[in-house]
Amino acid sequence: MALKKVKGNFERMFDKNLTDLVRGIRNNKDNEAKYIAQCMEEIKVELRQDNISVKANAVAKLTYLQMLGYDISWAIFNIIEVMSSNKFTFKRIGYLAASQSFHADSELLMLTTNMIRKDLNAQNQYEAGLALSGLSCFISHDLARDLANDIMTLMSSTKPYLRMKAVLMMYKVFLRYPEALRPAFPKLKEKLEDPDPGVQSAAVNVVCELARKNPKNYLSLAPVFFKLMTTSTNNWMLIKIIKLFGALTPLEPRLGKKLIEPLTNLIHSTSAMSLLYECINTVIAVLISISSGMPGHAASVQLCVQKLRVLIEDSDQNLKYLGLLAMSRILKSHPKSVQTHKDLVLTCLDDKDESIRLRALGLLYGMVSKKNLMEIVKKLMMHMERAEGTLYRDELLTRMIEICSQNNYQHVVDFEWYVTVLAELTEMETSAKHGCILAQQLTEVGARVAGVRAFAARECAALCARAASAPPGPASREVLYAAAYVLAEYCTEESVMRDSISPLLGCAGVGGAHMRARAVCVHAALKLCARLLQLYEQRNDLLAAQSVIRETLSGLKPLLCSEDMEVQERAHNASAMLSLLLARLDPQDPALKAHGLDILALPADTTTEHIATLVEHEHSNGIELNEQLTNGEETSPCFSGGLIEELASLFEGELKPVAPKAQKKVPMPADLDLEKWMCRERWSSESSSSEDEGEAGAGAGAGGAVFTAPAQEPRPLSHLTPEELHMLREARRQEQANNPHYLKDDSPRSYQQDDVAVPVAELALEVPLHIHSKRSDKYLKESTKKTKKEKRPMKKRKTKQADRHSTDSDSDEEAERMVRPAVEEGGELPEGAAPSDDEPTRDDPHRALDLDLDLPLREEELLATRIQQYPSPDGGLLEKKKTSKKNKTSSKNSSDKISNKKKEKKAKRNKDLDLMLPEVDKNNVPETTFIEDFEQGKESAETAALANTDNECRDQHKNKTDKHKKTKKDTDRDRKTKKTKSAKKEKQESKRGYEEAVGISTPSKEAV
Amino acid sequence: MIKAILVFNNHGKPRLSKFYQYFNEDMQQQIIKETFQLVSKRDDNVCNFLEGGSLIGGSDYKLIYRHYATLYFVFCVDSSESELGILDLIQVFVETLDKCFENVCELDLIFHADAAHQVLDELVMGGMVLQTNMADILCRLQEQNKMQKAEAGISAAPARAVSAVKSMNLPQQLRDMKLPDLPQAIRDLKF
Repeated sequence: MALKKVKGNFERMFDKNLTDLVRGIRNNKDNEAKYIAQCMEEIKVELRQDNISVKANAVAKLTYLQMLGYDISWAIFNIIEVMSSNKFTFKRIGYLAASQSFHADSELLMLTTNMIRKDLNAQNQYEAGLALSGLSCFISHDLARDLANDIMTLMSSTKPYLRMKAVLMMYKVFLRYPEALRPAFPKLKEKLEDPDPGVQSAAVNVVCELARKNPKNYLSLAPVFFKLMTTSTNNWMLIKIIKLFGALTPLEPRLGKKLIEPLTNLIHSTSAMSLLYECINTVIAVLISISSGMPGHAASVQLCVQKLRVLIEDSDQNLKYLGLLAMSRILKSHPKSVQTHKDLVLTCLDDKDESIRLRALGLLYGMVSKKNLMEIVKKLMMHMERAEGTLYRDELLTRMIEICSQNNYQHVVDFEWYVTVLAELTEMETSAKHGCILAQQLTEVGARVAGVRAFAARECAALCARAASAPPGPASREVLYAAAYVLAEYCTEESVMRDSISPLLGCAGVGGAHMRARAVCVHAALKLCARLLQLYEQRNDLLAAQSVIRETLSGLKPLLCSEDMEVQERAHNASAMLSLLLARLDPQDPALKAHGLDILALPADTTTEHIATLVEHEHSNGIELNEQLTNGEETSPCFSGGLIEELASLFEGELKPVAPKAQKKVPMPADLDLEKWMCRERWSSESSSSEDEGEAGAGAGAGGAVFTAPAQEPRPLSHLTPEELHMLREARRQEQANNPHYLKDDSPRSYQQDDVAVPVAELALEVPLHIHSKRSDKYLKESTKKTKKEKRPMKKRKTKQADRHSTDSDSDEEAERMVRPAVEEGGELPEGAAPSDDEPTRDDPHRALDLDLDLPLREEELLATRIQQYPSPDGGLLEKKKTSKKNKTSSKNSSDKISNKKKEKKAKRNKDLDLMLPEVDKNNVPETTFIEDFEQGKESAETAALANTDNECRDQHKNKTDKHKKTKKDTDRDRKTKKTKSAKKEKQESKRGYEEAVGISTPSKEAV
Repeated sequence: MIKAILVFNNHGKPRLSKFYQYFNEDMQQQIIKETFQLVSKRDDNVCNFLEGGSLIGGSDYKLIYRHYATLYFVFCVDSSESELGILDLIQVFVETLDKCFENVCELDLIFHADAAHQVLDELVMGGMVLQTNMADILCRLQEQNKMQKAEAGISAAPARAVSAVKSMNLPQQLRDMKLPDLPQAIRDLKF
């Protein structure tokens, strides 16, 4: 055996260790992958050996390879082996590998439970600490459940190092095993007042993390934290506490009022920038949460803004950044006070640091007013020209559009200016994404602001002309889409129209296949042409009309064989219509012959019909247009015999902005009766076309599987017996369940009551559908009610906007919007299904931690003790223990709890005494610590009482500086080991306080 | 909470990576790559905060980094951490490494990533700041290393000897060996 060991050691000397591996990788830069593959093979061989040190060596190498991106999950078992070694050296290697590669879903994790429990309860604090550190990286639900109790025990360990780690560990346990939160919470609360500042800080840390997501459950802790805030000198902890208050104040305005004063004091007194910054942040949160009527409110705002100004003016870029960040928070609630620092923000726009420029841009949003908008935008335009780096340019453009268009163009007074800005931005030729934004703005301004339309049309004409003369860049290509539309829709000047037709058609010919604006250009040209013709007809200027048509036709000619399908189709449509017109105006025109259309032969009424069908083809509301057409024909006095009128009527009517939720508010058509059986109606209405069954069957076959059911079962459903009906329903349910396209009941969507789309979709799909009268009535009522309710505020806003611009004349627009005819909506996507933005994600572990912590613990919530967990899961034994526990805890009050605690501590003391000796032998722990531990163990039963006295002392002595000393004195008197204790205390004292590292520029800077 | 701690060099080579939220190895490498690209193109005189980084976190997360000579130390944290506090923490981390390695340089991290991890484990635990006092951290580390040394004892001696020989780099030393100028020596030789 000994020989084997020696041999093992000897062999080991020639194994590759971690250093060799690293060196090897560095020496094989060219074929690194090959070298590593070779090393992996060696590692696999090493892992098969019995010698634990060889294994540990292999695992250490694996950990390094993991960092380089190699999957080592196959070695999980070997890692566990190394973790379970008795030697601390190997344990360290094992736990490191585990923390790097294990995760909550790793297989074989359950193998580690007992080993980790053993380590947690190890005599050596570093072994337990190692286990805690490792476990924190890969704890799973099962591990958390099984080890919660052990970790909780460690929270009251005699060693601050372990207490600290255990407290932090508990947070991870809570995340994985929320049931542990309530039983562990009293202890956690206790740790907030732990004598060791490290433990205290850890507890604050954990509570802050918990409270960040569910602040309302921790409001009751506010007094404790308040006390800590006013007494503690540890800046790390203060920062955390202050951050926590920032989360709590929105829920409890009274707390905010109380906080203002100490926070203001801290702002004035602290020298640590990090603390100052967090104080300002929390004061801002307080100011947002409380009403402005509070005395000193304005002063606090002023103080914050002033301090932030100091930060922003600092040469340190970090402070500048943070200052701007905090400014943006104030901006939301107190824009006025930030606006006074406009100069500062504008200078930050010129900063060399991109992060800072982006922050400053974000602030601009709240700084603009009617007066300074143009000036600011001008500045931004200059930046835009100079800016390098797409990210910043992107941000600039979006921000610029944002500040101009915010609140329905609240700050834009001169829209001609705005249109010019848009045109100039287009000329800068940025990216297609920007083109889309600009195009959208152009259309929106055109649609919303009637006064600027003529100007916009002129600008757009110029844009189109430019695009036709030179191949457009990516941005203009997108903008062209909107420009063509705006031009054709809103242009009224003859010369502009006359000059724009050929550029538009030219645009349609260039730009390559990916330009979506091309087809729009064709359409716009036709629109302009029609409008011009109408104009000439009114003037009775036949020659001009003919020349326009000829020009357009010749422009369309090359497009007739365009490679773009849409362009080609539209060009054919347009040229056919124009040819018809030309035939009427000038039957002898040579252009007609060239086009190959022999319309001369056709009688006049056929021509009209031809156009009428075209009209119907192009527009959904064909019936209406048909009427107009016939009207036009009757009244037309002019040379085209009404044809021009008809052509122009294709483009009549104004397109208006539609509210985002307009579709939802479409009222139910009066003649829609959901009670009526659709199948019967269908048969009766279609009876003329499909009398016989066979034809209907064929139609159903083409229509899809949904219609087959009525074909097989032509009998009206009302004649069915209840049993048959039931069977039908069952069959349908079955079918629905199997159909993946069908909306299932258990889907996460929340059906809104007013969402008519869903039941309509079901109607269309399912023929034998039965809807209760109550439900449909409710839908109807709800939707009308909703419409009424939501209409009002929108109208108000609209009228306001109308006032503002005095150009927006259509205030009845909203009403028109409401009665928009029902348009088919995708049944598979009910609008109510979209979740709101701030809803937490489904897998957010914090949701489960939203527990009421003030309720007394129920028995079943108590964590199973270790004794219960150790024996085999023998049902009888467990049952017994539980009942005995029940008896113990049945009368639950505070005194009982304390007695429990004491028992626990006593048990612990015994253990500690047992462990003392070997610990000293093994670990060279200084003698003083040993004695200390010993003494502490002896007195541990009294610690609870001691802690109480501690607290009382704290309450009594308000004086901040004296307090620590006094409590210390008290404790020292109480404890017999004055000497060792005070030595320890001194050590703690040196630890207390936040040592700002030397050589850091930022945080240690003094507030000016 | 700290989501990840990354240390990489000026070329983006990872020297230490610690993820407090699980990502598989490929994703980890991608994150390192992306972070490197974000951080490396920034000048040294700009601020140390960076928003963005699509792979890791979202809008709530920030990258806070410091650049020392050839190494970048990057912490990815959420809004519950104080920005300046984390900057401080990075400084503490680096200073502690400096104390442990005596004038730390990239090579130390390359060859002793495990030791760097041990330092980090005393600083941050499971994404939460554990200890910020350098003296305390050093004391904990020393005690643990002492334990390790005691364990190794005499049995580790041969291994240590071998590794010493290995690291001697004999060919280089032979090359570097300075032989006395022989002819001169011979001439100086007095019979």
